[in-house]
Amino acid sequence: MIRVQARTEPSTLMTFASPFLAIVLTLIFGSVLFSALGKDPIQALHVLLVLPLSDAYNISEMLVKMGPLLLCAVGLSLCYRANMWNIGAEGQLLAGALGGSAMALQFVDSDSALAMPLTLFAGILSGMAWAAIPTYLKTKFNSNLILTTIMLNYIALYLLIWAVHGPLRDPAGFGFPESALFSDATLLPVLFDSGRVHLGVVLAVLLALVAWFLLSKSHLGFKIRVYGADEPAATYAGFNAKAISWFVMLFAGALAGLAGVAEVAGPIGQLTPNISPGYGYSAIIVAYLGRLHPAGAIIAATFLAILYMGGDLAQIEMGIPIAVVGMFQGVLLFFLLACDFFIRYRIVPSRENMA
Amino acid sequence: MSETLKKQNSSPRLELLNITKQYPGCLANDQICMTLMPGEIHALLGENGAGKSTLVKTIYGVVSPDSGQIIWDGHEVDIKSPSIARDLGIGMVFQHFSLFETLTVAQNIELCLSKEQLSEIGNLAQRIRDLSKAYGLNVDPERYVHSLSIGERQRVEIMRCLVQSVKLLILDEPTSVLTPQEVAGLFTVLRQLSSEGCSILFISHKLHEVTEICHNATILRGGKFVGDCEPANETPATIAKMMVGDLAEQDAGYEKAHGQEMIFAAKNLTLASKNPFGTSLKAVNFELLKGEILGIAGVAGNGQEELMSIISGEDSRSLKNVLTLDGADLGVLSAGARRKSGLAYVPEERLGRGAVPEMSLSENTLLTHSRGFVKSGLVNWAAVKEYAKSLINQYSVKCHGEFSEAKSLSGGNLQKFIMGREIGQNPKVLICAHPTWGVDVGAALAIHQALLQLRDQGAAILLISEDIDELFLLADRMAAVCDGHLSPVVRTEDTSIDQIGQWMAGTFINDSNSSEALT
Amino acid sequence: MDIDLITQVLFAAIKTGTPLLFIALGEAICEKTGVLNLGQEGMMLMGAVVGFMAAYATGNAGMGIIGAMLIGMLMSLIFGFLVLHLGANQVATGLALTIFGTGLSAFIGASVVGHTITGFQPLNIPLLSEIPVLGKVLFSHDPLVYLAIVLAILIGFVANKTRVGLTIKAVGENPHAANAIGIKVLKVRYLAVMFGGAMAGLGGAYMSLVYTPMWVENMTAGRGWIALALVVFASWRIGNIVLGAYLFGLASIMHLVLQGMGWSISPNLLAMLPYVATIVVMVIIGADKYKEKLLAPRSLGKPFDPRQMA
Repeated sequence: MIRVQARTEPSTLMTFASPFLAIVLTLIFGSVLFSALGKDPIQALHVLLVLPLSDAYNISEMLVKMGPLLLCAVGLSLCYRANMWNIGAEGQLLAGALGGSAMALQFVDSDSALAMPLTLFAGILSGMAWAAIPTYLKTKFNSNLILTTIMLNYIALYLLIWAVHGPLRDPAGFGFPESALFSDATLLPVLFDSGRVHLGVVLAVLLALVAWFLLSKSHLGFKIRVYGADEPAATYAGFNAKAISWFVMLFAGALAGLAGVAEVAGPIGQLTPNISPGYGYSAIIVAYLGRLHPAGAIIAATFLAILYMGGDLAQIEMGIPIAVVGMFQGVLLFFLLACDFFIRYRIVPSRENMA
Repeated sequence: MSETLKKQNSSPRLELLNITKQYPGCLANDQICMTLMPGEIHALLGENGAGKSTLVKTIYGVVSPDSGQIIWDGHEVDIKSPSIARDLGIGMVFQHFSLFETLTVAQNIELCLSKEQLSEIGNLAQRIRDLSKAYGLNVDPERYVHSLSIGERQRVEIMRCLVQSVKLLILDEPTSVLTPQEVAGLFTVLRQLSSEGCSILFISHKLHEVTEICHNATILRGGKFVGDCEPANETPATIAKMMVGDLAEQDAGYEKAHGQEMIFAAKNLTLASKNPFGTSLKAVNFELLKGEILGIAGVAGNGQEELMSIISGEDSRSLKNVLTLDGADLGVLSAGARRKSGLAYVPEERLGRGAVPEMSLSENTLLTHSRGFVKSGLVNWAAVKEYAKSLINQYSVKCHGEFSEAKSLSGGNLQKFIMGREIGQNPKVLICAHPTWGVDVGAALAIHQALLQLRDQGAAILLISEDIDELFLLADRMAAVCDGHLSPVVRTEDTSIDQIGQWMAGTFINDSNSSEALT
Repeated sequence: MDIDLITQVLFAAIKTGTPLLFIALGEAICEKTGVLNLGQEGMMLMGAVVGFMAAYATGNAGMGIIGAMLIGMLMSLIFGFLVLHLGANQVATGLALTIFGTGLSAFIGASVVGHTITGFQPLNIPLLSEIPVLGKVLFSHDPLVYLAIVLAILIGFVANKTRVGLTIKAVGENPHAANAIGIKVLKVRYLAVMFGGAMAGLGGAYMSLVYTPMWVENMTAGRGWIALALVVFASWRIGNIVLGAYLFGLASIMHLVLQGMGWSISPNLLAMLPYVATIVVMVIIGADKYKEKLLAPRSLGKPFDPRQMA
């Protein structure tokens, strides 16, 4: 017989091992599921996990997906560290794409050197503005952040759809809900000759490193950690809760906005209604899988990008619905939360003989 | 007296045989044996962490022992849950009450009764009123618990046990939350119960109470049984020796100091509580002088929490011209700015407020002490670690090192650390809440001496405590709070426990000169 | 506005409010025991798809309802195990449940997209339904609308007048005290979580069996989240939840009203209305911090671990 026993100190080993254990368990779950569906599990896993890394083109596509996931997740990691339950990365990403597009469309026939920086700037500002709404409502009116950010995701989506059907629609586009194509001067530079890896991906990694430095070395980062770990202690120490809330939210909004504008001014090249396959929601999983640590987020975003990429390939190669990616993400987070139990507890042989 | 008890009732009500309970890293109970006769009032004595609470929770079915036997009325029983304990006739009054504030007294009591018991009783409210009269408990079944004082709540808990006609009543430190006058009332009820044959297990560390009311005492130290005695034949000093061992030093009396120069003042501080279950402050006035300790007595929940949070700035509502520190208006500053202007604070909750449980001691140093450690927004962690190490040495904090998590420390060691951190900021004024609550004797002594040393260096200390004995030991001047009112401030040598006790019950509110007894 | 439009609008408001009512009732009980389940949207979507598939396969809408409630419960058990047994963070686990439910419902529902079924027929209550205006607004609905009201009354009675309600309230206020007096806290919470799951499943089934009736990916469009806001808005009181559900129903169809009145606003902008309304409500109720502290279940969102009772 076995029983569960609390550890005297949380296990560092489990803290690091838990995400990997969760990934392995999710893959086992996936294999069972695929077998049940009559698909070869080995082949399915191969398509989901190996194929995305098999050639330069696939790798570059994977990196293109990793960029927005990482940007959103780094911002969310900081928010969750500070106990700000921002579920609004998706809306902030869409707002960034929308604001950035509005700027980019001012440069459709221009080769101004300002086009790209101004577009990025507009996207970042839009993301921050979208994040500022719930932050203001929370700090001023104590509104529930989870619910306001979720609602703003829906609102941003309808705003975007409205814009591509209305003011931002390409007048020469035969009525399709799309904006005009952005000019080359607006587009983010592509890094390699082949593939679509663009400046946004590099910025994502750089910003993750900046956030890491901020959290571990700066006084502000320390305050964020205290605020999240123990709010009464932060209040006791006299940290300015509102300032911390504003900082993490605007930071997250800026990063998500950058993710959005980097999509439209990067691989997509115009504003369309479907610019995000739920990156902002998946980023929640990335943030958790990365242990709310910016460096962890880099690894976790890579894994989720592989999964996204693999999902695309699995649909093409094996006829597996793309929705499987969303389901796997949920399962992954379940397993992660379950594995985290063993950070604080361990299983030991029971001592019933002594009773 | 216990001899007569044993003769009258040959069979014990409860016997504990070799009860052992192991927690990770701590042997809470090591082969404890104890016997209780019907009608016996039995004290369970020991320091904090001696294993008293674990032992009584075992009897009440909240904790299951790893090994050992419980014999109840001659039969071995396995008390898996509190409901089994209650079916046997065991009732317990917890130290932190297990009442539901959003329910009425009657609803609270109903929840503890089985359906059979309820139908047997019939009209529960009437039964409560009858018992209330019979034992002088003064409990109204219709009132909501959140509207009751601490003393009233305790009586509700006792009532909850009486309704079930208990044969054994366990009380975990029942007197620590009462005014001296309320303690006398409680003892009357306990004696009445005892005379009716109900056994009482009484946890305390206040020795004079034990000698006053208990027939027998069992003493635990570090989870082990160290002896038993008849308190009537002992002195507090001999019992204390058994509790803490021979090596422990005792607090001696300390010399009182008298400050002259005012450093801090609260003028007509009136403020509604932010918490719907809290206490609003009503026209609180006091001054703190340099080089003195001002002690504020009071039963928990009478506005201490609100007073401390408004002075420290944790309650962020700005107040103009109410609080002054060194002549400057303190009430308009943020908590952080108050610290910078010389106010330090040791809160009641060490873990989760005074220190972040999951953070290391160096990180917890930086929590309130950032002066000199932060340059252009970046933390000099090496310097923080060095300083944390020096705090650990200076205050002999027992831990693995400055990297230890705050929650891995014992209450006393963490308190020494927090105290050192706050004192290390050279405060002009230190607010200090319940500094030795739950702390072992050795640490309490160190904390007392640190406070006195800070006072002698010229700082003013506001000491808020529920422990009257401690206040009389340390404070140079004293006052009491009741329902958000602050009593007059008097020199400690000019007052008595009796007077402070009456003030804690609020006698000063209508007529501050009156010293009539409470009705 | 003519009387016909008003009749139609009020009729539609009740219909639109009904799924919110189911979910909010379930979540309210769950939150009253101190458990915050943010997975409503996911459970609702699973209820919608499984309910639809069960009804489609059996040709019986009643089987759809049963299937939806069962899957809702099953989903809530995953949540319950993680949160109650393993002490996982309630917010994160709820989010995981929503993400999982969204993905899984899209995955298993892919095969039935575009199919239709015959859902529930309106049940005109004899005599009462013939009252002008009121008869149409109140007494000519499908049976689930009446079921929602009956359930609300029943739940209100249990929560406020019975020992079960007292136990729920006690656990939600102070689980440690409840444990100390012998209430099985985890059992109470498990049951409440499962009840919430069944109700969310039912709310989802209402969408796919009655409201549309068909299955579309993500068809609940945030209703699970709006129901969460509704519970807070109603201060955890059953009577307020009924009222609030129909008010939110009204807000959700305001675009129909505006269009009916001849306003020419883009439907995409009008579609934002329920979400904007929810934000407005969150602002109003959040502003009164004092009241929320007074009324919210005090252990809401905080884990209770009997293993750590020392």
